[in-house]
Amino acid sequence: MSNEVTRFQDPGLPEHAHRKSDHDAIAANRAERQVAILFLLSAVGTIGTIASYILIDSKKFIYLPILGDTNAQQLALGTGLAASLFFIGIAAVHWAKTLMPDQEVIAERHEFRSSDEDRADFVTTVKERAGAAGLGRRSLIKRTMGVALGLIGLSPLVLLRDLGPLPKNDLSTTDWSAGVRLVTDPGDRPIKPSDLEVGAVAQVLPALPQGTERTLENIGKDAVLLIRIRPEEFNLDAERLSWTHDGIIAFSKICSHMGCAVALYEQQTKHLLCPCHQSTFDVTRAAKVIFGPAARPLPQLALTLDSEGYLVAKQGFTEPIGPSFWERNSA
Amino acid sequence: MKKSERVAGNVASYIDDRTGAAGWAKKNLTKVFPDHWSFMLGEIALYSFIILLLSGTFLTFWFDPSQQEVIYNGTYAPLSHVSMSASYASTLHISFDVRGGLLMRQIHHWAALIFMAAIVVHLLRVFFTGAFRKPREANWLIGIGLLTLGIVEGFLGYSLPDDLLSGTGIRIAEAIIQAIPVVGSYLSFFAFGGAFPGHVFIPRIYIVHVLLLPGIFLALITVHLMLVWYQKHTQYPGPGRKETNVVGYPLMPVYMAKAGGFFFIVFGVTAFLGAVASINPIWLYGPYTPGQISAGSQPDWYMGWLDGLVRMAPPLETHAFGHTISWNILIPGLIIPGILFTGMALYPFIESWMSRDNREHHLLDRPRNVPNRTALGAMSLSFMIISLANGGNDIIATHFHLTINGIMWFTRFGLFIVPPIVFIITKRICLSLQRADREIVLHGRETGRLVMTPEGEFLEVHEELTPEKKWTLTQHEQPAALTAPSEDANGTRSKAGIKGKVRARMSEAHVEQITSPTATEAHELEGGHH
Amino acid sequence: MRLSNFRRKKIAGPVLVVTALLTVGSAFSIASALPSAQRTEVSAQSTLVDEGKQIFLKGCSSCHGLNAEGGAVAPSLIGVGAAAVDFQVGTGRMPMADMSQQAMRKKPVYDATQTAALAAYVASLAPGPAAVDSASLTWERDGNVAQGGELFRTNCAMCHNFAAQGGALTNGKYAPSLMGVEPQHIYEAMITGPQSMPKFSDKTITPAEKLSIIKWIKSAQSEPAIGGASLGRVGPVTEGLLVWTLGLGLLIGIAVWLATKAR
Repeated sequence: MSNEVTRFQDPGLPEHAHRKSDHDAIAANRAERQVAILFLLSAVGTIGTIASYILIDSKKFIYLPILGDTNAQQLALGTGLAASLFFIGIAAVHWAKTLMPDQEVIAERHEFRSSDEDRADFVTTVKERAGAAGLGRRSLIKRTMGVALGLIGLSPLVLLRDLGPLPKNDLSTTDWSAGVRLVTDPGDRPIKPSDLEVGAVAQVLPALPQGTERTLENIGKDAVLLIRIRPEEFNLDAERLSWTHDGIIAFSKICSHMGCAVALYEQQTKHLLCPCHQSTFDVTRAAKVIFGPAARPLPQLALTLDSEGYLVAKQGFTEPIGPSFWERNSA
Repeated sequence: MKKSERVAGNVASYIDDRTGAAGWAKKNLTKVFPDHWSFMLGEIALYSFIILLLSGTFLTFWFDPSQQEVIYNGTYAPLSHVSMSASYASTLHISFDVRGGLLMRQIHHWAALIFMAAIVVHLLRVFFTGAFRKPREANWLIGIGLLTLGIVEGFLGYSLPDDLLSGTGIRIAEAIIQAIPVVGSYLSFFAFGGAFPGHVFIPRIYIVHVLLLPGIFLALITVHLMLVWYQKHTQYPGPGRKETNVVGYPLMPVYMAKAGGFFFIVFGVTAFLGAVASINPIWLYGPYTPGQISAGSQPDWYMGWLDGLVRMAPPLETHAFGHTISWNILIPGLIIPGILFTGMALYPFIESWMSRDNREHHLLDRPRNVPNRTALGAMSLSFMIISLANGGNDIIATHFHLTINGIMWFTRFGLFIVPPIVFIITKRICLSLQRADREIVLHGRETGRLVMTPEGEFLEVHEELTPEKKWTLTQHEQPAALTAPSEDANGTRSKAGIKGKVRARMSEAHVEQITSPTATEAHELEGGHH
Repeated sequence: MRLSNFRRKKIAGPVLVVTALLTVGSAFSIASALPSAQRTEVSAQSTLVDEGKQIFLKGCSSCHGLNAEGGAVAPSLIGVGAAAVDFQVGTGRMPMADMSQQAMRKKPVYDATQTAALAAYVASLAPGPAAVDSASLTWERDGNVAQGGELFRTNCAMCHNFAAQGGALTNGKYAPSLMGVEPQHIYEAMITGPQSMPKFSDKTITPAEKLSIIKWIKSAQSEPAIGGASLGRVGPVTEGLLVWTLGLGLLIGIAVWLATKAR
């Protein structure tokens, strides 16, 4: 036995197997009719689409299993359009498969690499031309061109400066300050402690000065959640406890992680959950993070009462609300 | 001559008289394309893109990309007299007061989801079959670029209606921008024209969504297709299929009919989805305001893995010298995606480096024959799927009676534990499949028929494979591992030496395989039987 | 719908008994469900409160204590008011089937009269919010659906989802779907704060606003499939699922057909 190992050999492209429609005129005619029917179905789809656009009342609903009460026009337009497109496609493919030549052909490939002479010529040409431009010799031109091209991208960047104002301290401030009343969102009604039972929550915003319209930018910074629990359930240090009023505690509703509204309050566990990334905060411990990606508690808003007995902020937030940013200067 | 032939002839000469393109056209009209279902995946993406252009243009006729506040007084009663942005109001108008408007919105959105899904399956096909190898590395890079831009384009698109869900998404995007060290808050204020949400963001992303990115898409897709055209399509191995040829059907008429027909089919299926299945019902979400939120706020699926990563991130922030760095945002939101996409982009170059393979490849690999690459792909896929699952953990929790905390802990650990296990298992599976190939090439296929020998023994009849099948199962190359360069005379490790060792180690893992059977072996076995 | 109503009426009795027997895990509730039905006839002339107390002692006291003072596994009911009883018992949450994370909505164990008696008893212990009479809830007439939507999105959607389909809370708890919940029970839930749900005081969300919320929930519930199959109204997750299964499934299936040779 020889030591030569022979691999299996490529038997080459298998012989072409003819289709029924290749040699059977009846089969070929049948295929032609099938293609024709498919094209006609598409035409029917188009007519159906146009008819339903004109004839079906856009307010009409019909009951269908699985879908439920469905808008008749939307459904008819859609299925009509779908049929008109789909059947053209199916017809074309069926035509190609049954009636167009299905003998596989072989095309040769050539390596992309050019011949060695061509490549050498190419390199020479590049060198020659570059030399003609003097790129190698005139280094002053080369360097200054580098400087010019390197800088050219800066001007459009500078021109983008006016896209927006500088942040200044905007990320660190809110509309809350000493004496600002808490009002309901929506409704703008001031709140007395007696308005909240133990176990109650309220979504609140600061009362804005007369004549000021509340914008989404305001809400994005000011939204606060007001919660009342039994005072003995708090587990707070003296300062934070003094920020509460008779079991009522307030936190910024803007998540300290990525700014979603953390308003999902579980009354029994006293946990606040952010529905975006599931950071969980413990209300009794000044919104300490007990689960999830948030790294900081929600800022707490100090509360007190005004002369008329309404809840007001004792002071503004003592730290920036919302997600972190580079200039933020507190843990 | 038939009339149709005469007309065709006239058209051809009209064009050639003016362009001299006859030679070029003749060559290209008979260009050969191999036929395989997996070669249609990229076409699904291409056709969805065309559908997106068409349906998107329709939507622009009514959409008003403005964040000016308006009071809604259209036909959808549950939002009557609610204050909202003009972009939200005009999306409601398209949905309820333009006939077929909702259909087009739904077609547009379904097409976007299909577009992204098709890009992903196309990418997986290219990866697992090794179609990215020389000379197609550039097209691989363009593909990664298209995938990345697709994610951005999709995000911008669903952010345009300014509904509660997408507004929440923008809020999160703003937090990611804001978290970038040093320049974050500046970038955010420039992007939003001031404090979030401002009045300029939607008009700005609108022009990016409808002009800038589609333009870049068109350019990249054109180059992508031209390269496919010029370099000719890869093909699966089989009888008659060589590195030096391409076997398939000519462009005209077969491939034209099939590919053209498939465009209509993709459009038809998308329209069907748009007709029967609701997508992004923005009227139920309500207009965006930062003080509201809905349970189960998720992005579209192609962003879901990112959201899942962000959800499972540990609560890490650094506070030092009066500055804050949010690792809980930077790591899952920028660093991990950066590593993943860079790694993906570099893979063709890494593979060619470690196998010292600088040749052209036009025959595709059967995934089992390159176990290491297949296992690497499966591993990365499992990483993405775990992240994606965590992105929908609240929906999974409520529908399968699990806890979000449980799913979160499972994915936090699973993200590190599962992918390596998937790698090992996939590699094992590939090697067993190779072993099975070897088995049936040498011993034939089990037929399940039992015969009794004259001695009274029962034997299962094995059917010998056809020469075509044998060739398909054994045609692949089986390169040997590179050897590490020997140490210097004095035994010190040079930098190049370490690099060489790493390379040899990688190459060793890469070529792990079951020896392919040969005709000689088969012959010897046959000799033994008789 | 009509068919299921008919069935429900016809076999309501047996089903009640069977479900009680099968699902009620703890001994106390099995003990209460059957005899209480007979008891109602016997004590027909006693006052509502006495009757309620009897039901309570049989069915509730093993967890909530003989005087409703609460116990290790159940809270005190003193001061929770008739509204809480009407909600918890009327929606079938109480008595609990088992000591699971959260009481689930199910078929009520007690009928309307028994529930009223229980409510009267608990209300007699200490003042609390009164049960809501469904006739007095004029949400259809007085509610404003758009205002209700805004209130819902600010106060309810974070737990119950944008279309009131329910959502996940921490550690396996969940906010239930509000589809098919009686308006009176929605109202009572808002004023009593059952289980994880906080209370929504009348001063922060006025009774008129509460009617608007109910109207919006009912409008969302009866909203037809405007764009086709609703996919559960849970957002992009099911949309993604559909695209990967039906969407790509169909397209790849057709691609396979397209690339097979005709015979």
